[in-house]
Amino acid sequence: MGDNPFPLDKDGLLEAYRTMRTIREFEDRLHLDFANGQIPGFVHLYAGEEASATGIMMHLRPEDRIASTHRGHGHCIAKGVDPREMMKEIYGKVGGSCAGKGGSMHIADLDVGMMGANGILGAGAPLACGAGLAAKHRGNGDVAISFVGDGASNQGTFLESLNLAAVWNLPTIFIVENNGYAESTSRDYAVAVDSYVDRAAGFGLPGISVDGTDFFAVYEAAGEVINRARKGGGPALMECEMVRFYGHFEGDAQTYRAEGEVVDLRENRDCISKFRSAVEGAGVVEPSEFDEIDAQVRVLIEEAVAAAIVAADPDASELLTDVYVSY
Amino acid sequence: MTTLVGTRTITCREAINEALDQEMANDPTVIVMGEDIVGGTGSPGEDDAWGGVLGVTKGLYAKHGDRLLDTPLSESAYVGAAIGAAACGMRPVAELMFIDFMGVCLDQIFNQAAKFRYMFGGKAETPVVIRAMVGAGLRAAAQHSQMLTPVLTHIPGLKVVCPSNAYDMKGLLIESIRDNDPVIFCEHKALYDLSAEVPEAPYSIPFGEANIVQEGSDCSIVTYGMMVHRAEEAASTLDSEGISCEVIDLRTLSPMDIDTVIESVANTGRLVCVDEANPRCSIAADVSAQVTQQAFGSLRAGIEMVTAPHTPVPFSPALEDAYIPSATQIADAVRKVIAG
Repeated sequence: MGDNPFPLDKDGLLEAYRTMRTIREFEDRLHLDFANGQIPGFVHLYAGEEASATGIMMHLRPEDRIASTHRGHGHCIAKGVDPREMMKEIYGKVGGSCAGKGGSMHIADLDVGMMGANGILGAGAPLACGAGLAAKHRGNGDVAISFVGDGASNQGTFLESLNLAAVWNLPTIFIVENNGYAESTSRDYAVAVDSYVDRAAGFGLPGISVDGTDFFAVYEAAGEVINRARKGGGPALMECEMVRFYGHFEGDAQTYRAEGEVVDLRENRDCISKFRSAVEGAGVVEPSEFDEIDAQVRVLIEEAVAAAIVAADPDASELLTDVYVSY
Repeated sequence: MTTLVGTRTITCREAINEALDQEMANDPTVIVMGEDIVGGTGSPGEDDAWGGVLGVTKGLYAKHGDRLLDTPLSESAYVGAAIGAAACGMRPVAELMFIDFMGVCLDQIFNQAAKFRYMFGGKAETPVVIRAMVGAGLRAAAQHSQMLTPVLTHIPGLKVVCPSNAYDMKGLLIESIRDNDPVIFCEHKALYDLSAEVPEAPYSIPFGEANIVQEGSDCSIVTYGMMVHRAEEAASTLDSEGISCEVIDLRTLSPMDIDTVIESVANTGRLVCVDEANPRCSIAADVSAQVTQQAFGSLRAGIEMVTAPHTPVPFSPALEDAYIPSATQIADAVRKVIAG
């Protein structure tokens, strides 16, 4: 085995790989099962973007909070939500993360600090300010992360939140996951500034932009802004420039993309392939060790799907429960 | 009337201030935020110059310091932050100033706070209170005078409170802060200087319990907020004509104590619903529908509604006075149902 040139020890590298592979397998399987008509509603897949969720979340503890987006499966898995409960949730079944009442766009698990995927674009940013405010009030060094895409980076809620977090010096980090498309509309058309670092500067925040398909770039930059926030250094904005392997939602024919675009991205900008070849190339992890994780992840997701299919539908009485704590 | 032990006569403004003060002293997770609620943060003059635009939070900063937060003019961000902090174990009270500003942060209220518990399978609690001024009468025109209680009452997951007097303001605000669901606490701006006897010690009034302000046998008048006083005025006029009215103050609109209304109608056989809101889908319309569905057999006459017209709130004092339901309109409606 060679010397380890990476910022994580071998266990950490294997953990990162397992998380990214779990997300990929989860999303690839949903892609197939949606096409088969097995999945109710609609789903927005995170495949191709795994390095962002994983590289950021590896710095977090369960008490840290995240506010996610409609494309939230990857954030959930990386933050520690059980993929088996997530799959049941996406099938709308008993035993789902939200008892089948939320679905893909609303998966939450407050016990592990996941404040919810969100069907309203940009809505998580004020909530993450609130989580940051609660952490600051308690003075325990917790942080909050707000995820938005390049699309929701234009929402007033997001822009107001950048200002509020700066004014209150909150331990809230804003991650712009720029995959180049707001649904079908290109980032270059819809975002007036060329650089999110410039946008951050306009709000008095430090900004940093990284290649979101490079796990190590994400990991190191996230570590810097998160640790700074933990010590009272305040908010920051970080752009992960990344790629989306599937459409905005499943069923999207993606005719707005260039011919061969996705093929090229899968070949040259697959964050998992890049991670694996770098780590294997350095001789830190054997190919067989990665293969073993691949096999375990396949079994996990296969079992998750099988369990979701046979899980019971919620009882009709569940329709009326949990609107209020008391009423 | 003799003053009860431990009570004094204070205004609605003072009652709200006292409720916030006592709950902040009682529970370190209670924080208060809003535009100008300290009023002077970062300015060269006094730190707490304003205490809110109408002085409701004046003096609290001196006692509780940085648990009162002036916010940027940024309702989506700070109302959302209050909701996010509530989901993380705090008990924030956010002041929206005028409820009309709900338009710029409604997503955080009705898509986020109201939905968390249900959408997350019963695992979330969001104990946030959003205080806002409601109602017309201050010549504040169309964007600062609305009675939007029906809009909020429509949303499952929200509780809606709209007190009519200082005693209820204090008790219901303390209940709102201690409650574990999102509460919209509506303060009628024309009531701030109205006084009542209020106990000094903290107390709470349960949600969903209407108050029978005045008992009567000929007609029930059901209302809330500022209109309680107009209804009492009408009842007084009618009393001199030999018509006995029962005036019911709903106090909370969600949950709503429809049982008390139905019991009253069982005795009087007649109902007038009064609402400062616009008529369509109003609280008055809701009460009328519920009584019709549940107690049609008790009714000896058709139900009458007295509401604002289906218009924005006008500015001109002459027009605004015509907009707000009057004691005369209420009395006329009662006479109409009595005549059958």
